[in-house]
Amino acid sequence: MNAPGLRAYAILYLIFLYAPIALLPLFAFNDAVVIAFPLNGFTTKWFVTMWNDPQLWNALKNSLLISTTVAACSTLLGLFAARATTRYRFTAQTSILGLIMLPLVLPEIVVAMSLIVVLVAIGIPLSIFTIILGHILITTPFAVTILSSAFQTLDRSLEEAAYDLGESAASTFRLIILPLVMPGIISSFLICFIISLDEYIIASFLGGTQPVLSTYIFGQFRFPAKVPAVLALGTILVLLSIILLAFAEYMRRRGIAKAGGNTSGGVL
Amino acid sequence: MAQGTARGGANPEARNGLLLVAPPAFYAILLLAAPMATIVLFSFLTDAQSGVEWKLTLSNYQEVLTEPVYRALMLRSLIVAVAVTLVTVVLAYPVAYFVSFHVKPERKSLWLFLITIPFWTSYIIRVFLWKVILGYNGVINSGLMSLGIIDEPLQAINYNVGALIMTLAHAYAPFAILPIFVVLEKIDRSLLEAGQDLGEGRFRTFLRVTLPLSMAGVIAAVLIVFIPTIGDYVTPNLIGGGKLPMIANMMEAKMLGQDNRPVGSAIVVVAMLIVALISVAFLGLNRRFLRGNQR
Repeated sequence: MNAPGLRAYAILYLIFLYAPIALLPLFAFNDAVVIAFPLNGFTTKWFVTMWNDPQLWNALKNSLLISTTVAACSTLLGLFAARATTRYRFTAQTSILGLIMLPLVLPEIVVAMSLIVVLVAIGIPLSIFTIILGHILITTPFAVTILSSAFQTLDRSLEEAAYDLGESAASTFRLIILPLVMPGIISSFLICFIISLDEYIIASFLGGTQPVLSTYIFGQFRFPAKVPAVLALGTILVLLSIILLAFAEYMRRRGIAKAGGNTSGGVL
Repeated sequence: MAQGTARGGANPEARNGLLLVAPPAFYAILLLAAPMATIVLFSFLTDAQSGVEWKLTLSNYQEVLTEPVYRALMLRSLIVAVAVTLVTVVLAYPVAYFVSFHVKPERKSLWLFLITIPFWTSYIIRVFLWKVILGYNGVINSGLMSLGIIDEPLQAINYNVGALIMTLAHAYAPFAILPIFVVLEKIDRSLLEAGQDLGEGRFRTFLRVTLPLSMAGVIAAVLIVFIPTIGDYVTPNLIGGGKLPMIANMMEAKMLGQDNRPVGSAIVVVAMLIVALISVAFLGLNRRFLRGNQR
């Protein structure tokens, strides 16, 4: 069953997917302000310009604080939801899980608008904290998805064996279950971190005057002269997220393999 | 955390489950269900100088449903979302099919990984890059001109609805491929052999066996692309340069720009109802495929 036509199409499709990203390094190292052909010679000055912008470092500091907090909180909430739904049966399970997973299909603008209306009405000032609240909401479904697949492949008999050997529920969780789902936890943490770092709509509406990485990038695009430096930043960000994703995927698969499952299928 | 296990029977089992799911459920109720309920409530209130006035009214809905500007934006959002969904799913199906049927099992995860990577790289930068690619003095025009293929920049590709659709179709590609792939993977390969043994050609086997069996994935892909696309905010803003607003831009303009919470809320409710109605109707039309795939 070989299909050269299909293979050629799939490769063309991959080229379409990667075309915009391939332009990032091309123009980040190009010695011209205008993003157009022909190329004008090699330079690293855009990376220097980017590096020396104090606004960037301020935005990055805020973003790292937000993304780390969000990743930790969402993974913890995801752990609760994934463990509850894979291990127990309870009333209204489908609707409760449906509500937790809802942000996955809701347009982000709807989430952002409904949150901002309530926050302003009860007088909570917009800040980094409110961005964190919004980001936890939209990243938790991803944590639940990743952690559920980690819990699903867990062999129930391992747990029962621990009880039979006299371990309590708490120590069984700590000694048996946690180590087995650890790769899933790490993978969930990284994915939530990346989503939060990248998110723009909630960050721009719920952030008040606090700049984060995505709103900084959006702001820079208004000034044509600053675009090449943003492309330099983009090049670095793409590299970093590929490394983080590869690591997350490696951990996820190791986790499933550890529990004896099948590793095909993607992060989503 | 997980106290009192299987020993206790059904009741403690249920209680433990509820106790465990309580923190994330509580969070979602507080920060998702309650704010959404507030939006619904606000949509029936009257706009006032500072915030809202507690006077119930239907005039917000009347405004949203009768004024042509809302209808025009809603219609544009629908057209763009339908076009994006169609383009994305049709282009994605052969890729999902190829990875599921023609890629060696040990290479499948690599393909899926390659497909998902672009999705994880900065959304804002990706959208902006499409603007740069398709612009009047952009990459395609300057590239074709320096190669001598064209003398003047092509205008048909600049900041129009087509550019909007192209950008969104690129952004949602993995969302379409993955659900189709997952369903294709579950298809029993012996059914296809049976089809061919019974004298069907390869293409007819595809049409009569594979495609109907994979419809559940196609339906999931359609909904996963359609729903977020209709509410996309960044792409119309960046690519359209503010000249091609969609319904999400209108929500923001009413809610924050003009500070009219009730009308803004009514737009949100109407838009969500339209999306929900279309989704339910679409699911209803495809009921027969979904029933067949349940195990």
